[in-house]
Amino acid sequence: MSGKTKPALVIAASVNAGASARTAVEQSLVRAESDTLNAIIRVHRARALAAADAVDARVRAGERLPLAGVPIALKDNLCLTGAEVGCCSRILTGFISPYTATAVERLERAGAVVVATTNMDEFAMGSSNETSCHGPVRNPRDPSRIPGGSSGGSAASVAAGIVPIALGSDTGGSIRQPASLCGAVGMKPSYGAVSRFGLIAFGSSLDQIGPFATSTADAAAALAVMAGQDANDSTSSPRTWSGLTDLGEAATALRGVRVGVIEEHLAGLTPGVRARLDAAKSALTAAGATLVPVSLPHERHSVAVYYVIATGEASSNLARFDGLRFGPRVDQPKSLHDLYARNRATGFGPEVRRRILLGTYVLSTGYYDAYYKKAQQVRNLICQDYTTAFAACDVILGPVSPTTAFKAGEKLSDPLQMYLSDIFTIAANLAGVPAISVPFGTDEQGLPVGLQLQTAINQDARLLKIAAGLEALAR
Amino acid sequence: MAITVKDVNHLAKLADLALGQGTASGDSTASGESEAEAMAKHLDTIVGYVQQLSEVDTTGVEPVANVAGLVNVTRADVPGRILDRTQVLANAARHSDSAILVEKVVDR
Repeated sequence: MSGKTKPALVIAASVNAGASARTAVEQSLVRAESDTLNAIIRVHRARALAAADAVDARVRAGERLPLAGVPIALKDNLCLTGAEVGCCSRILTGFISPYTATAVERLERAGAVVVATTNMDEFAMGSSNETSCHGPVRNPRDPSRIPGGSSGGSAASVAAGIVPIALGSDTGGSIRQPASLCGAVGMKPSYGAVSRFGLIAFGSSLDQIGPFATSTADAAAALAVMAGQDANDSTSSPRTWSGLTDLGEAATALRGVRVGVIEEHLAGLTPGVRARLDAAKSALTAAGATLVPVSLPHERHSVAVYYVIATGEASSNLARFDGLRFGPRVDQPKSLHDLYARNRATGFGPEVRRRILLGTYVLSTGYYDAYYKKAQQVRNLICQDYTTAFAACDVILGPVSPTTAFKAGEKLSDPLQMYLSDIFTIAANLAGVPAISVPFGTDEQGLPVGLQLQTAINQDARLLKIAAGLEALAR
Repeated sequence: MAITVKDVNHLAKLADLALGQGTASGDSTASGESEAEAMAKHLDTIVGYVQQLSEVDTTGVEPVANVAGLVNVTRADVPGRILDRTQVLANAARHSDSAILVEKVVDR
């Protein structure tokens, strides 16, 4: 591979000062084309070079762009006009998107250039990036291990230095967990901060688009461009998002900050993850923060709540994939049901089929109150837990994942064990709060450990500021 | 309350999903059991895990659907951006100049 990318803000500064966006993009294209991790599934060479030339022309005409010439990669569930988008599923084989996702459109307007599409778990359902129809992604730190999921290709492409910024989506930890396992910064913004228009839906009340980057400053720059209301997504927040890139001085960012720590989080952590969490606590205290014990009493039910709500929403969202308007279609149907059923059976992989059936079960007559409504009530209790906790602290510090990257194939045959690897990330989606994974060293095997910071909903600017402080302590 | 193969077949019908035809990579169907049998086992384990929610006292707790507190977002009913017909048709497996073509599924 021809070296690693420079940080996004370094590229943007040099392009704004007259360096060629085309050169920056060409270098990234070459790295994407020589990817050995199966992180990249599509390279948009011609489109990217034309876009880079357009950025160069805009800069020559006097424009200064926050992400001038910054090469970016998109998870395969984000629409891009004229490009194939497929959620790494056979059911969307050959689908060409007729429009671009709002988040991507905003990044392009800010000078970013899409160079590639990244691998993912099929329909974002997975925690190891092993359910993709394009095959598994390998972890850049150890190719025998998984990169995490479901945005494994985006995490790996940033951690491997192919691109400085990649987009993912996070429904239950799908940005933060792979960021942690690959050693990248990964952020799930507050629910409603970034428009979901053009993001192929999984669990609509949980899904958020967010950035992967090699630093909190780059992640903040991407989020600042993407955030804001969009007429095409009625769940996007009408508030204005100011101060996202105002990270202040890392040395003083933590002074007086009340950092909530949750005792229950310590059980079940591997020693390597536990050691990094302990190290962070000491470092934060030394930097002037105060540790405050807090509790989220209903967080232990979050995986159960999630697998009711997310699968219920998914079974409804994925009903549109019937093989009629797009995707491959089977021959000689015996009936309308047979046509749908065989299109969907051959199009969806096993994990997606499993979640559709589970979602159909929890929404079906007779079980709705016991499962779906009950889960929505416990979701409310989890939201209330956060409100109580954030009355006592400014930010919650904890693990992202109980383990570092596990070996490929290790959990694939046991769905429940796979689901439990998201135990620390799901509650943030249920409550809509922003959360970020910040790389904080490695375990005894040299595998990356990310730590999670969470703040109250809509406090994304504050979260980034504190994350930048923690990031400085890791160096 | 175990989830049976019969339950799975019923769910598959509700979800318009045929079982036992897709590839089974990553599934225990490789061991010779049918997809419905493997699925019944997996769903039973997961639903068994989810049963823990019955322990939580939710008396008087409102169900939450939107965490951002948005209620009934409306807009003026004016024509907006739509997709070009040829773009839409281009993604269908079969189409004419003006319509998506589907197989005949009724007899008269």
